Amino acid sequence: MTQSHPDAPSSSTSFSKTRTLSVLVENSPGVLARVSSLFSRRGYNIDSLAVGPTENPNFSRMTIVINVEDHALEQVVAQLDKLINVISITELDPVVSVQRELLLVKVSTDEKTRSQVLETVQLFRAKVVDVAQDAVTIEATGNTEKISALLRVLEPFGILELIQSGLVAMSRGLKPGSISEDER
Amino acid sequence: MNMSESTKMTGASALVKALEASGVDVMFGIPGGAILPAYDPIFDSKIRHILVRHEQGAGHAATGYAQATGRTGVCIVTSGPGATNLVTPIADAQMDSVPIVAITGQVASGAIGTDAFQEADIRGITMPITKHSFLVTKPEDIARSIAEAFHIASTGRPGAVLVDIAKDALQMQTEFNYPKNIELGGYSPKLDASPEAIRDAAALIAQSKAPVLYIGGGAIKAGAHKELLKLAELTGAPVVTTLMARGAFPDSHPQHLGMPGMHGTVAAVTALQKADLLITLGARFDDRVTGKLSTFAPNAKIIHADIDPAEIGKNRRADVALIGDLKLTIEALIPALKSEFKKNQPDISAWLTQAYGWRTRFPLGYDHPKDGSVSPQYVIERIGKLSGPDAIYVAGVGQHQMWASQFISYEKPRTWLNSGGLGTMGYAVPAAMGAKVGAPDTTVWAIDGDGCFQMTNQELVTCALNNIPIKVAVINNESLGMVRQWQTLFYNERYSNTELHSKRIPDFAKLADAMGCVGLTCDSTDDVDKTIAQAMEINDRPVVVDFSVHRDAMVWPMVAAGTSNDEIVNARSLAPIWDSQEL
Repeated sequence: MTQSHPDAPSSSTSFSKTRTLSVLVENSPGVLARVSSLFSRRGYNIDSLAVGPTENPNFSRMTIVINVEDHALEQVVAQLDKLINVISITELDPVVSVQRELLLVKVSTDEKTRSQVLETVQLFRAKVVDVAQDAVTIEATGNTEKISALLRVLEPFGILELIQSGLVAMSRGLKPGSISEDER
Repeated sequence: MNMSESTKMTGASALVKALEASGVDVMFGIPGGAILPAYDPIFDSKIRHILVRHEQGAGHAATGYAQATGRTGVCIVTSGPGATNLVTPIADAQMDSVPIVAITGQVASGAIGTDAFQEADIRGITMPITKHSFLVTKPEDIARSIAEAFHIASTGRPGAVLVDIAKDALQMQTEFNYPKNIELGGYSPKLDASPEAIRDAAALIAQSKAPVLYIGGGAIKAGAHKELLKLAELTGAPVVTTLMARGAFPDSHPQHLGMPGMHGTVAAVTALQKADLLITLGARFDDRVTGKLSTFAPNAKIIHADIDPAEIGKNRRADVALIGDLKLTIEALIPALKSEFKKNQPDISAWLTQAYGWRTRFPLGYDHPKDGSVSPQYVIERIGKLSGPDAIYVAGVGQHQMWASQFISYEKPRTWLNSGGLGTMGYAVPAAMGAKVGAPDTTVWAIDGDGCFQMTNQELVTCALNNIPIKVAVINNESLGMVRQWQTLFYNERYSNTELHSKRIPDFAKLADAMGCVGLTCDSTDDVDKTIAQAMEINDRPVVVDFSVHRDAMVWPMVAAGTSNDEIVNARSLAPIWDSQEL
């Protein structure tokens, strides 16, 4: 985390932690560039950024995961909010939000290990999406902890290739962040 | 409504009509291929178009116009190199929160992305240096984008907005659709600070034994100088005005300690360091003011008023944040403070004695060079004295800028224009041109360095041809003076590439003459007043005065970059001598 000035006073109580921001933006060209350019020029490191359409075609939703201190988070939000195309920003608490990422992983298998890998897939409620002579490709969704746990278990078999989506998240219940509220 | 509004017209006509509807009376620009369709209706428009000699000049002129008048400045150029030549003035205006709208032509929409002739992705290039930017590819979007651009540039924290318009959008037919009201979902600047924060601020002020009013450029942008004066007199606290705020509070006022920062007065710098409360109004804790941030004003609580929420806590944590328009904030703070003072008005007399004592003991000053050559500070001081507080002074960047801030007395807002944030050498001549266009009856002096002057002086041709009689004082020390000063202090007097030889080449007076201006020279202290008077008498043409000055003059006081404000040096190797109890 390299927020603002190296001399900036940091509150003794704040510490770095992972935050999830749900950012509603206008669905217009260049918005992604504005957001990513802001993060890069202000020196904020993004852990992940996922963007996609919403139920309203005029808006897109970005889910941004960053690792910052409280003080820096306020700055990130304030700076993001200055972008004209950014409509609203909500920090999503993992406890009261649903957070998911998607994993595709190709695991090396032979006759001996295939059944063990398939067992793991079942345990994690993942899916096998492709089987080849010496590899299976697995699809899994879940929160960050589940995806990491699955990868730890699969690691010894030999991971040939993997790709992960950024985290997407949504608040539970009728909480702020729903577009109907933001539009007003 | 009326017939004309529903009549079809070209996108170019819609652009010009939208500019007229936005209240534009003047714009600075140069035509070229992609913007050419717009120049046809410009030919018939009541908007004055001033044809500059370089696009950078158009940008700084728009900025100077905006800073002198408070209105939004406009520049218009073509695609590709025309647009990239605007990058510096756009960044400059944005850093100093100056409202400008930059209009650039773009290649036809079908050619965008093909590396077409004179194509540059100027929206992409300027994304980090604008408040907002538009790429318009449809004629029906032109008028709305212009209206939104002016709204965004001039409201909230002002800034630079770019409108890039594809050539085919200018050529195609459309209906004129200028919105009556502008509503942007993601943009609604907060104007009123919360009443709780106002009360908290008033309470903090009423507890403070050593307050300082730390005033930034926002006070001028918000037009809050009258309210500021009332607040200052109500609190009785010492006032410091940053480089961007010179003129927001009268220099002649007894509470004024001068400018803080790297080349600030000892009194202003020290008062900030020793204060127990900074009442920060429209300032942003810039590194040139704070010095080493971790040692800045170590004992002070912070009240931070700004219209931009992102400034709060960016560099220094605020104890009370007043987010809103500064004029409204001060108007709300005054009655809140009066009622606090009824309960408890602290005695700050000991603090005032101390602060005003520093001002008396460590005044700004300079020496006349022993070899009889002219002191640059003296020249600048005399220009200020002889032209008075009603004139507008526009500086370039470097030593002459600091001296112009230090040795001219500013009594009124919008009389001191400079490039504070970006530090753009070459700003002065075109910005002075813009200021003079905005304030034609006011004397406008560009105080420029010989280095700066050689970057943008071609706009004197524009001035001469368009009856814009600015006055330029070239403070000629034949070097890049501020860089040379750092070489003197920090690089063992190894003057690598700072000698400009500008007492030999060029001949500034002849150059001025060639550009249709009057060129004067002055190389003796005795002639300074006479030469200034001569320049003051010429009002039908621009005047350039080449003041040949001593090259070793330095800007003092100084807080070296990256060091603590406690280490201020008020002359070379001479730290202020403090009473022991003050340290």
